[in-house]
Amino acid sequence: MSTVATPARPTASRQASGGMNVKLVNRIVIYGLLALFALFYLMPLFVMLVTSFKTMDEIQNGNMLSLPKAPTFDPWLKAWGETCVGLTCAGIKGYFWNSIKMVVPAVIISTLLGALNGYVLTKWRFRGATLVFGLMLFACFIPFQSVLLPMATILGSVGRFGVTLQNSIGTSLGLGNSTVNLVFVHVVYGIGFTTLFFRNYYEAFPTELVKAAQVDGASFFQIFRRIMLPNSMPIFVVTVIYQFTNIWNDFLFASAYAGTGDSMPMTVALNNVVNTSTGVVEYNVNMAAAMIAALPTLLVYVLAGRYFVRGLMAGAVKG
Amino acid sequence: MSTVATSQIKLTPEHARPRASVRSRLQDALPKLVLAPSFAITIVFVYGFILWTIYLSFTNSKTFPSYVISGSRAYQRLWGWTFDTDPPSSWYTSITNMGIFGFLYILICLALGLFLAILLDQKIRGEGVLRPIYLYPMALSFIVTGVAWKWFLDPGLGLEQTLHQWGWTSFHFDWIKNKDFVIYTVVIAGVWQASGFIMAMFLAGLRGIDGEIMKAAQIDGATTFQLYRRIVIPLLRPIFLSAFIVLAHLAIKSYDLVVALTSGGPGGSAWLPSNFMYEYTFKRNEMAVGSASAVIMLMTIVAIIVPYLYSELREKPR
Amino acid sequence: MLRKLLIGTALASGLAFTAHAEDVKEVQMLHWWTSGGEAAALNVLKGDLAKEGYAWKDVPVAGGGGDAAMTALKAMVAAGNYPTASQMLGYTVLDYAAAGVMGDLTETAKKEGWDKSVPAALQKFSVYEGKWVAAPVNVHSVNWLWINKAVMDKIGGAEPKTFDDFIALLDKAKAAGVIPLALGGQNWQEATMFDSVVLSTGGPEFYKKAFNDLDDASLKSDTMKKSFDNLAKLVTYVDPNFSGRDWNLATAMVIKGDALVQVMGDWAKGEFHAANKTPGTDFLCYRFPGTDGSVIYNSDMFGMFNVPDDRKAAQVALATATLSKSFQSAFNVVKGSVPARTDVPDTDFDACGKKGIADLKAANDGGTLFGSLAQGYGAPPAVANAYKDVVSKFVHGQIKTSDEAVTELVKAIDDAK
Repeated sequence: MSTVATPARPTASRQASGGMNVKLVNRIVIYGLLALFALFYLMPLFVMLVTSFKTMDEIQNGNMLSLPKAPTFDPWLKAWGETCVGLTCAGIKGYFWNSIKMVVPAVIISTLLGALNGYVLTKWRFRGATLVFGLMLFACFIPFQSVLLPMATILGSVGRFGVTLQNSIGTSLGLGNSTVNLVFVHVVYGIGFTTLFFRNYYEAFPTELVKAAQVDGASFFQIFRRIMLPNSMPIFVVTVIYQFTNIWNDFLFASAYAGTGDSMPMTVALNNVVNTSTGVVEYNVNMAAAMIAALPTLLVYVLAGRYFVRGLMAGAVKG
Repeated sequence: MSTVATSQIKLTPEHARPRASVRSRLQDALPKLVLAPSFAITIVFVYGFILWTIYLSFTNSKTFPSYVISGSRAYQRLWGWTFDTDPPSSWYTSITNMGIFGFLYILICLALGLFLAILLDQKIRGEGVLRPIYLYPMALSFIVTGVAWKWFLDPGLGLEQTLHQWGWTSFHFDWIKNKDFVIYTVVIAGVWQASGFIMAMFLAGLRGIDGEIMKAAQIDGATTFQLYRRIVIPLLRPIFLSAFIVLAHLAIKSYDLVVALTSGGPGGSAWLPSNFMYEYTFKRNEMAVGSASAVIMLMTIVAIIVPYLYSELREKPR
Repeated sequence: MLRKLLIGTALASGLAFTAHAEDVKEVQMLHWWTSGGEAAALNVLKGDLAKEGYAWKDVPVAGGGGDAAMTALKAMVAAGNYPTASQMLGYTVLDYAAAGVMGDLTETAKKEGWDKSVPAALQKFSVYEGKWVAAPVNVHSVNWLWINKAVMDKIGGAEPKTFDDFIALLDKAKAAGVIPLALGGQNWQEATMFDSVVLSTGGPEFYKKAFNDLDDASLKSDTMKKSFDNLAKLVTYVDPNFSGRDWNLATAMVIKGDALVQVMGDWAKGEFHAANKTPGTDFLCYRFPGTDGSVIYNSDMFGMFNVPDDRKAAQVALATATLSKSFQSAFNVVKGSVPARTDVPDTDFDACGKKGIADLKAANDGGTLFGSLAQGYGAPPAVANAYKDVVSKFVHGQIKTSDEAVTELVKAIDDAK
């Protein structure tokens, strides 16, 4: 085992000559397994997709897994621009912006805080750092239902303070604004996770690099910017994916703190389309609406995924 | 295992400790200052609210919070329900389901996530396509994917009916309608939703591992299996911790999953503690009981997580 | 970017406050009627208010038959941001009134004569300590049978007058190869059906004692045990896949002719209408056998909150419009329910609606108008949900015998009281 540290020996054994075939079989097995699991994950999407292109008649009378006989794009158009969210029937297109202006700041703030916290907790350890981390970690487990009311009370008081400010100095500083409230709530209940992700990623990051930079006179933030950040791409991807998804899909806080018309986020709108208690349920429109509502998240997955490359650590060590 | 750490130390030249100066003293305080706001809001908005919940559990709060202490009746009721096994009380159903669901969900997600991440890390062509395919279930709101799963698992609409149409008439799969098996369908849908993200976490971990170490071991003649078992997986330990925490929290908070997929299951047989808590706090206007159940949930988590955290986090000799 | 955002939102909220001095011509309305017919019906109200110059600020939160909306309402009240009004059910109105957050519409009520026109049973929930705090929108009734006429003709059935008739009818359907009873296996649906079974088995007096007064002796009685036996009998006529089914899918089974009958509240009529079916020719509405002359009701109410003075005029306008005869008629024709006041002409209603209006009037006069326990009008939510638990566990086999069911019911209700 200690051989790991020794530099590469050029004479190290090559694969046996029969290795070519074994390798091919290996590749086939790997691709086969990956494809198989892809099928498992795609199954419900398939159901949703075919349903979204069917007419209601076909949904009610046909098989759920069959392809649409007469594909129609109407459900998508309806979900986008016509379906009713409460009493307003203008589709779900208008709710993207409400969600985006809440999600983007919340994700950026919570992710950066998480990265900084993780950096402090691993590379600038102080007495009690582990306890602090443990406490922040355990915070992940608080059930959101039990913070709903006390948080509402606090946000309400803050909002009244905002009104007072408004009347006295002319600006409420955003206090009491429901989008600002949601950003705050999501940052509060997100930093536990973001800190966890970064702390555990940086845990495996060679401390020696940081020490060396310190010796060279680099400051706290310089080290963070020049050494940690460039090597954190994969965990940034994971954290952003996690935060973006959770905040985008949050319903509980969104409905309780921002259900009022103008700031209603996408999830609340989608829920109002889908979760109807009466009337013929338009499954095709619902499925289309769900997919439209998920587009930004999917986009993040694909775009962020590009940065999922292997870290540059090896290079950093030598440079 | 410790060899990896030594190897890294050897890569860096040994330097003497920098001398204390004003600047370095500032630098000493800076990390704590950076951490302080996050820690402070956690203390107030998490631990403060936990105390609030504990307080409420000893009151007679019904529709709204009441601040008059009235004893431990809520806990007594929960304690009584814990032993109501025939017919099972909703609380008993919730906690036993939590055991089944939590165990299977976490275990399968971890295993599947790691497995897929390792497969995907074999320089796969089309990784860019496969990754989002495994991940996308996270993106979709379960209020809709729940409907798709519900159809798929419904014997009259989904898999069973389709296979019957294809001629396999003896096929039988009605777990979602069966009070004893419905919780397993929740596991299936839950794994489908979360395992892709766990895969991404492990993949990030794998990508963070110094390629040199892997190369060195390979050149040394370690088989792929040995390489992963002896070197890679131990290096992923911190990721396991992250993944475990994420999964455990998802498991404990799985509320939508049960409601969208099963509407609570036949006779409430798919309930999880979060359903119980929501029902009692908001629907049944028994806030004290809801709070008490939240406290018990948190205490159970403490009992399970704290030893694990302790073993993971205690300062290891470097 | 963030700073810009913060400043932008601050400006926006600043604008909102400048208009504070005079009356706010706006109603803020929390509700969960987000779909098809109900949303259309509510739009009538929005239009009525617009004519008087009031804007409608919609706060729709769908899901769980109002659960999600009630959670949001609780958070709004905790934050001190009361909506002008919120859709509410039964005991919830009284809870909020007891917490002192409801407004007072007594003056308007006097002027509009609500005391006389709204049935006393509804006033129990819309009036708190002598003050009007809510405007009832409709009266639903749950003891109905909804039957597919084509199937009924095929099997040669006639209106069942007694529970035994009903069983005989179901047997006929079974023999003809049709699913006799369409049921959705969710606890509230099962309990809603059980409400009717208890009224049918024990009669009006018994229902009132057991499910409105929560009288211990009645809950423990053999009649209750017999009711559970009758429920068990009904459940044998259900198809094997009923568990977890949504109520409107069960209604769809009747509409399509896959099933003969559904026991459901009159909101099911909305589904028949949406499928362009006519009462009498395509479907039949009968009272649950053995419950003719009695009505088990629930009602949607608009709870009126204690809003600041500058919003009170809008609130009064909303309440007045809600209980106006024209809206009551227009709304309830669409919703399938009957008006919440007894003096609304039934001209626009279909045959089932006319019967519903007549039945409500008769039940109101005869004292046989009872709150549905399953729908939260018989007892507070803690008890109502404990009741649903027991019924559902009995239907799905966790509770095995009717003896055990009675014991569990008494225990659960005692525990929740």
